[in-house]
Amino acid sequence: MKLLIIAGPPSSGKTSLVKQIVKKMRGEMKIAFFKIDVVKAFEDVELHKDFGILTRKYCSGDLCPDHAGVMVLGDAVEWAASNQAELFIVESAGLCLRCSPYLNQGLGIIVLSSIAGIHAPEKMGAMVTLADIAIVTKIDLVSQAEREVLVQKIKETHSSVILMETNALQGTSLHRLYDLIRNSGDIDAANLVLKGNPPLGTCTICVGKKEIGWKHHFGVIQKLDGQTAEYLYRGE
Amino acid sequence: MIKEITILPGLDKAGMRESFSEITLTAGETVSIVGPTGSGKTAFITDIELLAQEDTATKRRVLINGLIPDNEVRCNPCLKPIAMITQNTKCFADLSTEEFLQIHARARGIKDTKVIEDTIDLANKFTGEKIVRTSKVTVLSGGQTRSLLVADAILIGASPIILLDEIENAGIFKQEVVKIIQNTGKIIVFVTHDPVIALLTQKRIIMQNGAVRKVIFRSNQEVKAANNLLELDKKVGIIRERLRAGKKITKELVSVSFA
Repeated sequence: MKLLIIAGPPSSGKTSLVKQIVKKMRGEMKIAFFKIDVVKAFEDVELHKDFGILTRKYCSGDLCPDHAGVMVLGDAVEWAASNQAELFIVESAGLCLRCSPYLNQGLGIIVLSSIAGIHAPEKMGAMVTLADIAIVTKIDLVSQAEREVLVQKIKETHSSVILMETNALQGTSLHRLYDLIRNSGDIDAANLVLKGNPPLGTCTICVGKKEIGWKHHFGVIQKLDGQTAEYLYRGE
Repeated sequence: MIKEITILPGLDKAGMRESFSEITLTAGETVSIVGPTGSGKTAFITDIELLAQEDTATKRRVLINGLIPDNEVRCNPCLKPIAMITQNTKCFADLSTEEFLQIHARARGIKDTKVIEDTIDLANKFTGEKIVRTSKVTVLSGGQTRSLLVADAILIGASPIILLDEIENAGIFKQEVVKIIQNTGKIIVFVTHDPVIALLTQKRIIMQNGAVRKVIFRSNQEVKAANNLLELDKKVGIIRERLRAGKKITKELVSVSFA
């Protein structure tokens, strides 16, 4: 199973990009899609309805969605694999920009809007610097010069990132992305770890740990299927 | 070296294949794209800018010197042989004009910092109200922004292929722009509704319903018409500038007639 983790601020065009990927790749491989959000998410219903692919979501409620994502990702990978998915797409909530939900395997994609502001790439830190691919969206809204200025800023933040520009509503110029997905290796689910430090740096129990899934977990987060694990740490 | 670019047919809005076999634009050639609004003019030059490979809405393909350009050329501004002026009259980057141009010069691999000053000077030839280098690009007017972007495309983009989308619409000095970019050895493509610009170019591509309908080569008679129109346009320009400056129209200008 190939893995794609897509991050980026709200309204940057993550879901539009996912739709283009699904439209293109669904004839070639079985796709499962997982969306992590806070209060509400509609992407799972929409993608299932539009393309008939397997979808699922997780809402983190009061908790940081990226932190929740780290915890339930192990379950989610298992869910996708048990449904014989060949490509598993994870879309993050993309809120506080401290997060870098990318794993040591598969492809990590940062989606940035052309109109997000010139300092966005630098401000976003690990979400940009740890990505394998950066996709700039909404390029039809700005001049070529401004696009190139933003691309330059991204390159200066992360020089080895693979850059692409697109109008995600039309799916322009994404051939290279499809090839990268086709050529990405299958993941080894037992050895998935975060590329960067976990998003939430305030908890003394989890700070600095890069493992994903429940077996390394000592917090109070519910599992994907709603059950709270018995071994969870609940304080004294 | 760019000798030519070739556009291979795509689909019109109804999904039908375009009727031309290929359109080749060679270095030194000026071309205008004309047709009603919504006929696909901007989409045509956007295909060139993106070096489309059947991965845009029109499904056209664009070749450079007869070959498919590689990924790096498509994605790296440093290698991109194309500068495009879009109809955007707004910049979102929170940067001063100077910083904006500095970063763009870096993106295009230009070391000489004099280009920044030259670009602002050139932009100020196209626009009425001067652009100051410390002004934020976000506060420039629509006309100033477009003047800056045209100057930027000429000096910083400095590409062998220049695409201009309706430069006449920006309240900038069109004649100045046209003068500077004629006879440069570049491929220059204008999307235009302006008869003067359309007649100044050697080739006209006529668009309809998302497709190229035909390609017309300018006749000798049209060259004469272009020159007449140019004279008239200059006079209109003088009247426009007088009005803009708050002056009244004098007797000689009242008697302007078609030459």
